[in-house]
Amino acid sequence: MPRFEDAHRKAVMNEQITGAQSLIRALECAGVDTVFGIPGGAILPAYDPLLDSQQIRHILVRHEQGAGHAAEGYAQATGRVGVCLATSGPGATNLVTPLANAHMDSVPVVAVTGQVPSGAIGSDAFQEADIRGITMPITKHSYLVTDAADIPRTIAEAFHIASTGRPGPVLVDIAKDALQARTTFDYPATVSLPGYRPVTKPHGKQIREAARLMGKAERPVLYVGGGVIKANAAAELEQLADLSQIPVVTTLMARGALPDSHPSHLGMPGMHGSVAAVAALQRADLIVSLGARFDDRVTGRLDTFAPEAKVVHADIDPAEISKNRLADVPIVGDCREIIVELVAALREDRASEADVNAAGHTVDPAGGRASAWAAWARGLAERYPLGYEIPDDGSLSPQLVIERIAAAAGPEAVYVAGVGQHQMWASQFVPYERPRAWINSGGLGTMGYAVPAAMGAQVGEPGRTVWAIDGDGCFQMTNQELATCAIERIPIKVAVINNSALGMVRQWQTLFYEGRYSNTDLPSTRIPDFAKLAEAYGCVGLRCDKPDDVDSVVAQAMEITDRPVVVDFAVHRDAMVWPMVAAGTSNDDILVARDMAPAWDREEEGQ
Amino acid sequence: MSRHTLSVLVENTPGVLARISSLFSRRGFNIDSLAVGPTENPEISRMTIVVNVADSPLEQVTKQLNKLVNVIKIVILEPGQGVERELVLVKVRADPATRGQVLEAVQLFRAKVVDVAPDAVTIEATGNSEKLSALLRVLEPYGIRELVQSGMVAVGRGSRSITDRALRPVAPAR
Repeated sequence: MPRFEDAHRKAVMNEQITGAQSLIRALECAGVDTVFGIPGGAILPAYDPLLDSQQIRHILVRHEQGAGHAAEGYAQATGRVGVCLATSGPGATNLVTPLANAHMDSVPVVAVTGQVPSGAIGSDAFQEADIRGITMPITKHSYLVTDAADIPRTIAEAFHIASTGRPGPVLVDIAKDALQARTTFDYPATVSLPGYRPVTKPHGKQIREAARLMGKAERPVLYVGGGVIKANAAAELEQLADLSQIPVVTTLMARGALPDSHPSHLGMPGMHGSVAAVAALQRADLIVSLGARFDDRVTGRLDTFAPEAKVVHADIDPAEISKNRLADVPIVGDCREIIVELVAALREDRASEADVNAAGHTVDPAGGRASAWAAWARGLAERYPLGYEIPDDGSLSPQLVIERIAAAAGPEAVYVAGVGQHQMWASQFVPYERPRAWINSGGLGTMGYAVPAAMGAQVGEPGRTVWAIDGDGCFQMTNQELATCAIERIPIKVAVINNSALGMVRQWQTLFYEGRYSNTDLPSTRIPDFAKLAEAYGCVGLRCDKPDDVDSVVAQAMEITDRPVVVDFAVHRDAMVWPMVAAGTSNDDILVARDMAPAWDREEEGQ
Repeated sequence: MSRHTLSVLVENTPGVLARISSLFSRRGFNIDSLAVGPTENPEISRMTIVVNVADSPLEQVTKQLNKLVNVIKIVILEPGQGVERELVLVKVRADPATRGQVLEAVQLFRAKVVDVAPDAVTIEATGNSEKLSALLRVLEPYGIRELVQSGMVAVGRGSRSITDRALRPVAPAR
């Protein structure tokens, strides 16, 4: 009945509504089901029609930073755009950290903020802040809307920009008078952004050149970054790994892009990466970078990184290519399309090699050496597995706690970390078998990310167990969202890896500042009492400080599904994250423990 | 380090100049000169940006600029490929004794006098930066009282236009 629909559409289009109603309808048209936010003066008009929305669940958080990180956690767990809502001035500035975080980690987020009435903009009005100006360098794009008629188009563009190309945060700041004005609603069928045309289809010539290099390389490595997860290309990556038999490393943002159990997987590269992953990149003659960006935490001292490697750099963002390391073969495109085409090109090359073989010629000059290389890398992974020391005073190892949580919750759970030692241990000691099982703040390194991001992830994935692996320092930055979780029945589980210290900073003080512990002690086994704090927030609070109790306490936490649970694990405070490449040094100088380098001479390839 | 001229087509929307200047400062690039104005299409403004960088940062500058949603197109004008012009207005001390010499310099450089006072003349001159520097060197001994200079504008030689790209809409992602 197209005629009826047309008539209906016309009726809807002619209906007079407020800008605020238009905003809520536009969010519904964009497919939003959840919004995290806090009302305030300038955004107040939008909260009235929000009350009537059948489609959108608004989750009232306790701090706007929580709303922003929750939107990120939701987006990272589901792949959909996360949405947060705040008022002008302080409400908006509290979103700055989450927006910067989403920008660094390419998380699709739309933040809608109220602004003072357009006539008052620029006058230092009550609760006025130039949030569009403030967030310019930390958003993918930002808007200031002062005309109600622009609201649907702006929201459509914001969701389009946030979710396509290299995903990222988009801010939409709307003046209060635009929310109050009368307007008509028309959600656009198309967006017109002449300056925004992300390239998704890779260049065929570059793909063939990359495949050729992969075929003849003797020491190739697939260097996999978060872009593979964002492109939903995990299955395609596994095909590529299986077909090419090339060793794979997955960065902090890409844990789970290839199952850790996959035989070609060498673990995580970088400052706290595995010996095998770091050494393989260092000695590679070909690095195929897929959705990774040669971050300083991966390369170590850049001029000593992978000195013999040619580089194939595939990324959807052309500005990442050759930014830090010059690419020999640049490929701009969507990682899934790139990997699919690489697989096809490799198969084609194999087929023509087979033809030549059948004709009696010898080919595959690198094949033998490449498989020796894969075996060498595999051997390194076996000789230098991740490990940790059990403290002899009977106290709890943080790594053990994380291992046992992972064993109980399994690969289908979602693990969300803050930033610091616990984050590195969670990236190392949880075996990740699927994409989007690991959520953390990688680029910005935002302490306090875990609790609100876990909340967002749990809302997006209500059927999964969500564990926040947090530190005692991080936990105290954002734990007010436990109240939100308790009231909204968002049953996250929080493991506070409590070493009574700002552990990562303390580790650096141990190693580089002669143990002068300036301002890193947190007496958090005494103040606050985390279990009591949890109870005060309406959560279940548990404690554990003995290795023998870990499994039973974790099991107890796993059984509680109707409320959030916080487990305070009092762990050994001198535990350190190893291996480590000290900041500013070469990856060749990786240490597996304090003053202990791998025995490279024994490990030389080809012996 | 060398000078490069970028012609940047941008959407004519508020805040676009702030975005571009903020990007330059955030990424640590220096702008030598910047000129902005409307084009034959009222929805599009054109900026001419002169930067002084080595080749690989130049590539980063253009890639980062291209990421801005309001930036439609960037063309790098290689030296000699385009016509480059700046404008100066310069107020020079010129009493009856020196005025004749100043006016001679104005004629030699095909500049013009746009204002005369008993002890000064104001001269308007256009040209590329070499010509204008030469003019200023000649005028300097008489005493430059005030100098204002525009950013450089530039256009490529030949019949091709960089502004003829269609502004097609696309279906929004959900």
